[in-house]
Amino acid sequence: MLDAHLRLSSLAHLGLAARSIEEAGDAGIALGEVPRRVALTLRGDGEDAAFLDAVGRALGTAPPLTANTVASLEDVVILWLGPDEWLVNAPAAREDALQALRSALGDLHHAVADVTESRTVLRLSGASARDLLAQGCSLDFHPSVFQPGMCAGSHLALTHVTIHQIAEDPVYEIHVHRSFADYLWRWLEAASEPYGLAVVTG
Amino acid sequence: MSGRLKSGGAIDRDEVLRFHFDDREYFGHPGDTLASALLANGVRLMGRSFKYHRPRGLLAAGAEEPNALVRLRSGRAAEPNLRATMVELYDGLVAESQNRWPTLRFDVGEVNSLFAPLFPAGFYYKTFMWPASAWKHYEWAIRRFAGLGRAPEPGDPDVYEHRHAHCDVLVIGGGPAGLAAARRATRAGARVILVDEGAAFGGSLRGNGQAIDDAPGLDWVADVVADIEAAADAVALPRTTAIGYHDHNYVTLLERVGDHLPRPESGQPRRRLWKVRARRVVLATGAIERPMVLADNDRPGVMLASAVQSYLNRQAVKVGERVAITTNNDSAYDVAVQLKAAGVAVPALIDLREEVAPALAERLAAQGIELLLARAVVQVHGKYGVKGVDVMRLAPDGERVSGEVRRLDCDALAMSGGWNPTVHLFSQSGGRLAFDETLGAFLPGTGGQPAAVVGAAAGRFDLAACLADGDAAGLAALEAAGITRKGRMPQGPAAEASTAGTPPRNLWQVPTGPGKAATAKRFVDLQNDVTASDLALAAREGYRSIEHVKRYTTTGMGTDQGKTSNVNALGIVAGTLGQEISAVGTTTFRPPYTPATFGAIAGRHTGLNLDPIRRTPMQAWHEAHGAVFEPVGQWLRPRYYPRAGEDMAAAVNREVKATRTSLGLLDATTLGKIDIQGQDAAEFLNRIYTNGWKRLGVGRCRYGLMLHEDGMVFDDGVTARLGENHFHMTTTSGNAGAVLSWLESWLQTEWPELRVYCNSVTEQSAVAGVSGPNARLLMESLGGDLDFSPEAFPFMTWQDGTLAGLPARVFRVSFTGELSYEINVAASLGTALWETLMRAGAAWDITPFGTEAMHVLRAEVGFIIVGQETDGTVTPIDLGLEAMVSGAKDFIGKRSLARADTARGNRRQLVGLLPEDPYLVVPEGAQIVERAGMAPPVPMIGHVTSSYFSPNLGQAFAMALVEGGGARHGETVQVCWDGRSAPAKLCPPKFLDPDGSRARA
Repeated sequence: MLDAHLRLSSLAHLGLAARSIEEAGDAGIALGEVPRRVALTLRGDGEDAAFLDAVGRALGTAPPLTANTVASLEDVVILWLGPDEWLVNAPAAREDALQALRSALGDLHHAVADVTESRTVLRLSGASARDLLAQGCSLDFHPSVFQPGMCAGSHLALTHVTIHQIAEDPVYEIHVHRSFADYLWRWLEAASEPYGLAVVTG
Repeated sequence: MSGRLKSGGAIDRDEVLRFHFDDREYFGHPGDTLASALLANGVRLMGRSFKYHRPRGLLAAGAEEPNALVRLRSGRAAEPNLRATMVELYDGLVAESQNRWPTLRFDVGEVNSLFAPLFPAGFYYKTFMWPASAWKHYEWAIRRFAGLGRAPEPGDPDVYEHRHAHCDVLVIGGGPAGLAAARRATRAGARVILVDEGAAFGGSLRGNGQAIDDAPGLDWVADVVADIEAAADAVALPRTTAIGYHDHNYVTLLERVGDHLPRPESGQPRRRLWKVRARRVVLATGAIERPMVLADNDRPGVMLASAVQSYLNRQAVKVGERVAITTNNDSAYDVAVQLKAAGVAVPALIDLREEVAPALAERLAAQGIELLLARAVVQVHGKYGVKGVDVMRLAPDGERVSGEVRRLDCDALAMSGGWNPTVHLFSQSGGRLAFDETLGAFLPGTGGQPAAVVGAAAGRFDLAACLADGDAAGLAALEAAGITRKGRMPQGPAAEASTAGTPPRNLWQVPTGPGKAATAKRFVDLQNDVTASDLALAAREGYRSIEHVKRYTTTGMGTDQGKTSNVNALGIVAGTLGQEISAVGTTTFRPPYTPATFGAIAGRHTGLNLDPIRRTPMQAWHEAHGAVFEPVGQWLRPRYYPRAGEDMAAAVNREVKATRTSLGLLDATTLGKIDIQGQDAAEFLNRIYTNGWKRLGVGRCRYGLMLHEDGMVFDDGVTARLGENHFHMTTTSGNAGAVLSWLESWLQTEWPELRVYCNSVTEQSAVAGVSGPNARLLMESLGGDLDFSPEAFPFMTWQDGTLAGLPARVFRVSFTGELSYEINVAASLGTALWETLMRAGAAWDITPFGTEAMHVLRAEVGFIIVGQETDGTVTPIDLGLEAMVSGAKDFIGKRSLARADTARGNRRQLVGLLPEDPYLVVPEGAQIVERAGMAPPVPMIGHVTSSYFSPNLGQAFAMALVEGGGARHGETVQVCWDGRSAPAKLCPPKFLDPDGSRARA
């Protein structure tokens, strides 16, 4: 069995743990890294009933077909990334469900690629969270437009991200490619200056 | 003498602000701009003109100011070319004048004025043409005497911010029309952004005291702004200029967040660049008054009438004790009456028109102001300030002046040559302009985008019409945005309609008077020192297009982009050419409307955040071990790891030698990795790569070359077959994104029938490459379930297993030409793997090596680097890789290889190059010629693509592309660079281990 302590987050060199606090307090922004979780890129034909059935059987929920929405069952979450592309997320302990996905799809035309290690997920919340996103992302996060259960791919500052709103408050999860995580963190930290930043445990 | 009135104005007399202009201390009040505060202190001379260094004062009170450009703040925070009219006063402000030496009052550059007759339009073009090579010397001297401010020192201490925003209605301009539109939209619950470039909202209402809904106009303004500020989804931004109107109702705004303060507040940016996507835009941008073109109209104290009024009403500043007024329209009459009421003498109002409405004449008479109809000012007297004006009778055709010259004593001249609606943004939006003969101005015509133009910007100057216009635009915007009204709609605001006036008399220049006035300069563009005769000269010299006239004379250029001069210039050019103004047209209105600083445009993308730096999982180890990095795409890769006392050459030689003789370790994480799955995956690769893929066995790897349609090499890399329908492709580090896009574009547009999915998995794995004769011993020492014997794990195969307790996928491939293994583990385990390898490898002196050593190692065995040996003009055959090109199948680029030019024998081909001086490393990019001493022109027959010193060969070596080089091994050529040259011998591009036995060991 692999010693979990050997694993290093893409932000390990920033020493965030030492700066973390439990509650954000007065800070307008709370930002933290979400612990490692399983992630798969799922490709398939969204118009193929057999494909949708197989995914539904394996994960308990079919992949969302409406653009920029998220389907979830308990702790398995499927984000719509494109007409034939989804991102499946689950806690590290749920590797079994993901194995089930591979076997359920069998010979159907599909692709499943493990991207567990490819992405870093940041959790962003706080009263000024929308203002912070507005500094670097051209999407409209107004509550009448973007709500919990929605996700979107875009640029944040100069890097590609997938942004997923998980709570009304608002709380967002920002998926960023691992090699860009340090850049994005430092940019978010600088851009948070007007609001105050609390580093929290994800 | 200008000065402050005892009462009135929107200033706070209880608070005194201290400021400096050109090392003298002055005092002002909150509510002042630098311009108004200087006027209040009796300062009129604020700058020197661009070309002639003539003394200049204020022309305007707003964004259109051409003259009063100052340098604000000092040192790294300094900023040149700011309009004093737009600089809000704060305590401790420091400003200095520009384009003068040594002082504003005594400026040596004024000598240019004496030679003014020698400086006609196009003077520089005509004079400094010969010899062309000397221009750089001329330019250096010219720039010192003709120019704007100096660039600030590097290292701006301030922060700038970007902000995206979305709204139903963006209202640009916070005057009565804009406020009426914003009020209507806000009350219905729309998402509204209202911006105004001024420090406060109200626009014209801030100066003219008009009433709305039977109450003071400013009370109504305060109510509307309070409504917007209270609304959840509306925002009112003062000090914010819309600078660009782009496609899809995308508008950029520049907010001056901290400019009015001694320093921006803690954590706040100096400026914020807004990027707004609006469903509807309401352009309530107002109008800008035109100056009159007459003799010596640039003297300090000659100002726009609206500016005189603005300083009087906003800051209680009188621009002089005796202010003469000249106009071609009704608007200046209010100015005359208000000046008189404030105790300023108005010797006369000189109107170009033959007659005006009796009511207007009566208003002046009631104040005892003399009205001179059908008269024109033909000359301004005074140099550093106005001392008087000469007035003559204007002929009915407007072509001549005649009769007595009457001199009026005055110390300022207020002029109004009509009004130009501010159509800049409308024009940027793609809207077409139409010239209105009555107003003598361009009005918005057919719109380009979902927008409405309201109020003075649409040529409607009457307050009641502006309010009705704005209210209607607000309603239309709601309808377009699909916002249904809740409850009873409020009434629109109302104001008393003004009585019908007399149309303006549009004369683009006042006829020349006698005597001194006949030769005096009559300025059209004050900022660029362009006169009426310069424009006439350009027309006589054959310039017909107004765009050419602009560039030849420089009219309408500079920081003000001709806001006060363009229409007068058009009128003069049209007159000279004998054309209608509508036929001449305008020059193009381009963003930004007013200057934006690079700081605002850069935002937070500065310093380390200029561009993302991609980090591998082992980056912290490299940093901690002193690596020197180089950019590869957005990655920063270790270039070499110097030890104490080593320079780059010593470190690279050591790393190369260690890898060739024992064991080296490379962070290869940055290689692009693409997961390719589907029933047609092998067929897909067959079409993408030049070589065959269908018969590659599962568990095996193959090197592939991909070409663009033109047959030129685009990328290369090793691809492994993971399963019957599953491949793992690697690409060059810098090309990973481009290759994935290339694959997707073929799948999506040309071959949708292929059942293949491509996914980037570059970030999934950390990759450590161990390389060297002892690599196998290291792998065996790690412990695990893999057999590394050559029989069990041959060259160009891969296996999954456990290494030192880490799940790993090992590829036995080689880029160094040595026995090598590329170990892939989960990215989060990269550091664990690396440290394990460093510990276990100590027995063989394992040596981490960087990209530089990697380049030397691969070049020694003749492996190419795409982008170094290739540049988009190189075929596989040019590289000597004929064996990689399948004749048995089709692939992208194949047909192009048969083109006459790609198939000819004397193309530039890859060769090795050994300099005769064995220690001479020739520069990469150096040109190659046949031999030394050839008479020019000397044909270039090739260039050096890679060049290094090899510690293994004990000599310098290089690779090059040389015409017909494949058949010329053994011949000597001459390598040339920077005025030097050296002989070198051509050889096969393999310097070591030509049969590749070391990698297969």
